[in-house]
Amino acid sequence: MPALAGPFEDSVAKFANDEFSDTEAAIGEIAASGNALAPRIIGALQDGRLSADPDSKKVFITQTDGKIIDAATGAAVDKLPDNAAAVRLNNRLRRTVEAALGGLTLLSSDPAKRLAAAQSVFKSHEENLLPTVEGALAKESVKSIKQAFAEARAAIILFKPDASDSDKLDAVAVVKARGDQEALALLTGLGDQPPSVTKAAAAAVTSIQSNLAMWSMVQNAWYGLSLGSVLLLAAIGLAITFGVMGVINMAHGEMVMLGAYTTFVVQEVIRTRYPALFDYSLLIAVPLAFLVAGLIGVVIERTIIRFLYGRPLETLLATWGLSLVLQQAVRTAFGPTNREVGNPSWMSGAFELGQITITYNRLWILCFTLAVFAILLAMLRYTALGLEMRAVTQNRRMAASMGIATSRVDALTFGLGSGIAGIAGVALSQIDNVSPNLGQSYIIDSFMVVVFGGVGNLWGTLVGAFTLGIANKFLEPVAGAVLGKIAILVLIILFIQKRPRGLFALKGRAVEA
Amino acid sequence: MTPHILTRSLDRAATAFVLLVAAVGVLIPLSNLLLPQGSMFQVPTYLVALWGKYVCYAILALSIDLIWGYCGILSLGHGAFFALGGYAMGMYLMRQIGSRGVYGNPILPDFMVFLNWDKLPWYWYGFDKFWVAALMVLLVPGLLAFCFGWLAFRSRVTGVYLSIITQAMTYALLLAFFRNDFGFGGNNGLTDFKDILGFNVQAEGTRAALFLLSCLALIIAFLICRAIVTSKLGKVLIAVRDAESRTRFLGYRVESYKLFVFTLSACMAGVAGALYVPQVGIINPSEFAPGNSIEAVIWVAVGGRGTLVGAALGAVVVNYAKTFFTSGPLAPYWLFMLGALFILVTLLLPKGIVGTVNSWWETRRSAALAADRDSAAREDGVGAPNLAE
Repeated sequence: MPALAGPFEDSVAKFANDEFSDTEAAIGEIAASGNALAPRIIGALQDGRLSADPDSKKVFITQTDGKIIDAATGAAVDKLPDNAAAVRLNNRLRRTVEAALGGLTLLSSDPAKRLAAAQSVFKSHEENLLPTVEGALAKESVKSIKQAFAEARAAIILFKPDASDSDKLDAVAVVKARGDQEALALLTGLGDQPPSVTKAAAAAVTSIQSNLAMWSMVQNAWYGLSLGSVLLLAAIGLAITFGVMGVINMAHGEMVMLGAYTTFVVQEVIRTRYPALFDYSLLIAVPLAFLVAGLIGVVIERTIIRFLYGRPLETLLATWGLSLVLQQAVRTAFGPTNREVGNPSWMSGAFELGQITITYNRLWILCFTLAVFAILLAMLRYTALGLEMRAVTQNRRMAASMGIATSRVDALTFGLGSGIAGIAGVALSQIDNVSPNLGQSYIIDSFMVVVFGGVGNLWGTLVGAFTLGIANKFLEPVAGAVLGKIAILVLIILFIQKRPRGLFALKGRAVEA
Repeated sequence: MTPHILTRSLDRAATAFVLLVAAVGVLIPLSNLLLPQGSMFQVPTYLVALWGKYVCYAILALSIDLIWGYCGILSLGHGAFFALGGYAMGMYLMRQIGSRGVYGNPILPDFMVFLNWDKLPWYWYGFDKFWVAALMVLLVPGLLAFCFGWLAFRSRVTGVYLSIITQAMTYALLLAFFRNDFGFGGNNGLTDFKDILGFNVQAEGTRAALFLLSCLALIIAFLICRAIVTSKLGKVLIAVRDAESRTRFLGYRVESYKLFVFTLSACMAGVAGALYVPQVGIINPSEFAPGNSIEAVIWVAVGGRGTLVGAALGAVVVNYAKTFFTSGPLAPYWLFMLGALFILVTLLLPKGIVGTVNSWWETRRSAALAADRDSAAREDGVGAPNLAE
């Protein structure tokens, strides 16, 4: 039987030899054959679905639907022979397989597949793919994919020993224009090249490196902004209660957690009753979380905190106890494990901006935080309650003498602060695990923000949150995540020595109280 | 004539407390060692270790009461000093293991062999000698508290702000000690101890001796605290607690007083930690958790802030309740209870158990005194001055 076979069948039969070198040769020959079965064979090989019978030298593909075909002919087979074994691969071969697949899909009708294939050729720069790439480049109409093909071609030329110097220099320019980590890897791994190309490549490497360094700064800044927005969201409610009442609410983190669980409940109801509304789940959750957390906040103020005014340290202890109770209550009601909160479609995914990737959920959280901040600021500035709150912050007794019902302001302030914590919980449920311990992980950071920013001034909280967020993310690559955090804590401790009342302290006698 | 420092600091309640601790410290080990096993009055060894743990907590509570009850400094990071003392003792115990570890390295503790370290980090030198470790138990927490307090008190960081940065301090240490390359065993901490001063840590006799030593340390710490709070220094501390600015305007260097008492308190917490580690058999970074430090504060609040005896009592009562509830079917409700304890004590029992009993006693006594005076006056025929007559 093998005697009758043509070259394609011979190549396929090499898989049955169970030798890595034969397998490699077979991959190359099959990829170059242009046979319609080639993509299926290589794909099956990659997934471990290609098996060979060493006796009959026959090779079989187990298709994804479970049916089995003969790899050489495409004819259906009832079942695998007993001694057929999966064709083995090693790491080097896996790369060859990927490169071969890249070549095979360069001409695919699916643009996404073509793009992926071009990227994989860029990495593998398999020399024998050059004609295919050039053909694909000539036919391509989509601009971004054409660009990718051009880059893939340049990569191949750079590694082609007999390419002319001017071609190579052009190729260096193309790769340099790409300017990312992979371009850098390609150019630094060039090996022996004519002197002019080596020089151009070295220049391109420096230029890409400085470009990448710039982008990594931008990336850090973005991560910092993102972390800062999370910190701000978590701390802003605390800043209000602390500013107005001088009370550190240790149960603040639990209000955040309650907000996150509200989101979970809303999504559960939507999932079981009105699945079509899922994309609006967060919009529904935001006011609900505000109400839930805010009402609980008012209740806490009326039943516990109001009896402890003038004793901030005792309040701290009582609210800590409260946080334990709330955590345990949620643990009892919802279980100790993480709860699944989904991202609506408009919050999932990411887009590329230059060399950095920006995820939509982080971007939305940043926007949401700034919106909450702006609304709060406007509320403090233009509403009667805001005016009263500012008055009580600056001088409680004087405000009381002017006829402001300070205890009502306290209750409402506490409710407002807690409600905002609840809203923060809705946002944080999108990027963090929703578990009873959710609040604990934010509480110390929130304190740091408030203490660093200064009391009674929302701008202080804003500056504090973003400063800490950005500083943290810039320290992280240098010192590592944990050491960076320790460094930030130590810096805050030292900073407090210099400015015991934070960055933007209230001036005047009110502070001395 | 000013009374001797001992007679001054030992009023009736304090003497009773010292005698009680001394009696417990002698009787429990004796009953454990001398009575036959299974006897009704024999205290099993595990209970000796458990109560030894409570006594260490009581010392920690005393140290917190000294600064919070008498000087108004609410430290939410005292667990850090406790843990640092514990680590210093743990390092000594680690070095005592010698070549009996799993890897049999005579110098390096197991976790360093595991991390492929080829020599001891410099800060582990000398910990094979007990006196060095004992010195470090006092020195490390003391120095940290001194530096921290020097910075904080001099720039007049007070109240909630101070509480928050002490919490930040213990949190930073928690993160640091979790790191493997910090050289203290990462999240496993230090454990598998064998010997202390040549005695087997697990042996009944050693446990009994450690219990006795813990009680002794509690008595000494209590006497030191009493001596301080009954002296003129103690009066200044109370003045700082009640009106810091006024005390400063009267010419006292408030920050020096605070610094002294804060550092002393940290050393006491360190000793408590050092006695705790051999009895519990492990020290790991979770001792630095901010929650632990806050819990220690609530022991003081439960027992009675500013009473010393109450602090020690509160530590024992709350921890006994914790052991009792978390080992039974009520375990899921323990956090509810602990939380409720925080809330109810601050709301309804602001003076704590001992403080409430004290003030109840005093009102009764003054009422009785007034009644006495009344009846005495009536017998003399001179009533309370009556303006109408």
